[in-house]
Amino acid sequence: MKLKNTIQTAFHGLRRNTSRSLLTVLGIVIGITAIILVMSVGKGAQNLILDQIRGLGSQTIIIGPGQEPKGPSSYAELFTDSLKEKDITALKKPSNVRGIRDLTPNVEQIATVSYEQETMRTNIIGTSELLSKILEVFPNEGTFLSDNDVKQKAKVAVIGSEVKKELFGPSNALGKKIKIKGKTFEIIGVLLAKGRVSFLDVDHMVAIPYTTAQQYLLGINYFQNIIIRVESEDIIPRVVDEIKLTMRETHGIDDPSKDDFHVMTQADAAERVSMITGILTILLMSVAAISLIVGGIGIMNIMLVTVSERTHEIGLRKAIGATEKDIMQQFLLEAMLLTAFGGLIGIGLGAFFALLTSVILTQIIGLNWSFAFPISASILGIGVSSTIGLIFGLYPAKRASRLSPIEALRYE
Amino acid sequence: MRLIELKNIDKIYEGGVPTQALSNISFCINQGEFVAIMGPSGSGKSTLLHILGFLDRHTSGEYLFDEKTIDDYSKEEIARVRNKKMGFVFQAFNLLPRTTVFENVKLPLLYSDVQETEQDSLTVKAIEAVGLSHRISHESSQLSGGEKQRVAIARALVNNPNVIFADEPTGNLDSKSGQIIMKIFQRLNENEGKTIILITHETYTAEHAKRIIRIHDGAIESDMLVTKRHKAETTFIK
Repeated sequence: MKLKNTIQTAFHGLRRNTSRSLLTVLGIVIGITAIILVMSVGKGAQNLILDQIRGLGSQTIIIGPGQEPKGPSSYAELFTDSLKEKDITALKKPSNVRGIRDLTPNVEQIATVSYEQETMRTNIIGTSELLSKILEVFPNEGTFLSDNDVKQKAKVAVIGSEVKKELFGPSNALGKKIKIKGKTFEIIGVLLAKGRVSFLDVDHMVAIPYTTAQQYLLGINYFQNIIIRVESEDIIPRVVDEIKLTMRETHGIDDPSKDDFHVMTQADAAERVSMITGILTILLMSVAAISLIVGGIGIMNIMLVTVSERTHEIGLRKAIGATEKDIMQQFLLEAMLLTAFGGLIGIGLGAFFALLTSVILTQIIGLNWSFAFPISASILGIGVSSTIGLIFGLYPAKRASRLSPIEALRYE
Repeated sequence: MRLIELKNIDKIYEGGVPTQALSNISFCINQGEFVAIMGPSGSGKSTLLHILGFLDRHTSGEYLFDEKTIDDYSKEEIARVRNKKMGFVFQAFNLLPRTTVFENVKLPLLYSDVQETEQDSLTVKAIEAVGLSHRISHESSQLSGGEKQRVAIARALVNNPNVIFADEPTGNLDSKSGQIIMKIFQRLNENEGKTIILITHETYTAEHAKRIIRIHDGAIESDMLVTKRHKAETTFIK
């Protein structure tokens, strides 16, 4: 029998039991929907995080204290106070590291900021005048921190646009005095709205000199990280090597496995994020795959019922000249059409839910989320669902093809 | 030309108690004959028809179809012979449900090597031959019993077979519809030279054939030509 006719016959068989076909295929629909949704949302999350990392600029290097976190055992935390002023001095020497354009140490803390009756909890970042250049965030009004502010441990602050809105509303903020953890700071600048840049939510932050933050807010003499901007992307590997050598020398470390600092580049961070989201996606997909297996067993079950219901038909077809192969093909194709159809619905539903998720995330939660629908996901969806039809249809189809025509014709 | 030759055919059904369904059956049927195989129920006549139609295998003896022993036919060849050289008409009609007359009749052609362009015209011709052109696009469930059986005959006929096997074709029909069916068989036999092998338990129906083989308890009781042959008289076909 020609393939075209086999397909027609298979379609005909399915149409005879439309509602049963639809119910049967539900398991596959749910499975494929889940897989598509997970893939799409996973991709969207990955894009979101990668965008944020890229927001830092590809010319950025971050030095953190302790070893690179490699799991829940925070051995790294033992060294959280390892980044000190002497590291800044050493790194700034061109004879140690060539190619650094700007560099700033940072400390951070979440704290309550208040102006008269208005208060809000937000992120206080202690930094230097160079953060503005490194992150490319500039004041809308007033000025950013200056070299002098840092040196003199000035009690001045530059606030993000949302902080300004929250504390001052439409009125002018420049020159006003705010309180951070009970200490008074004068506002010297308001930043342009920029959203998130790298790990910083610029609009919600309050920037003060790191020296001030260390002394008055935190009472520490170390940094939580050092951000470096290099002259160009190409030299990053060399700069990273030189940073490591300099840091080891400054800290008196011979054995690289005993490093009390770690260096992250944007490429490293991106790679790690991709890996983590990839693992999560696979994990979630394997959960969804279980429903596909359950769905497949449902298909097999119904195909067996169909075969025994249509024993007469099979017998007749054999009597008028159908070969075992013809019968086998017909029932296999029926199972595959059924599951592929389920797969199509699943892809549609999955895409719909992924779109809904992205709408909710952008409109309601306000994330900068972009809807991602990987083509690979739909190809996978169709492929997987037809394969399930093939696998779980094989046994019933084989049974149908083996039926003896007289047994089949006699069957009541 | 010798179409069918049986030599000492036995059929034993295995199972808890082995049952001898046929024993030592031997006869020949030539191309163009119209043979009725008669016997009471349980006599083994259906088993014999199934063996003749390649639907079942005999236990011992030799069966030659088209001068070739069945043991020499492969599975694919058996399917091809059923498709091209044999037509089947069953007591229960066995039409596909929710399928039109046209599609039912066309079915054997889908399994054949007949060109797609010819399939439709052959189908129409077969439906004309049983006088059902006016029902061509009706679904099989909308037809009367007699009409269903005529569709089954058209389906048996469509691929121009040498022999038509009919297993109690009038068993489920009233006498008038039965007459129409027998008329068609007689006409196919006389005008187109088709070999017809008819299974029945009614003497009256059997006497429409030219030769009657009587079976009892799995053995041939008699094999004789019909002397007073009934002519199915009806005027339904142009």
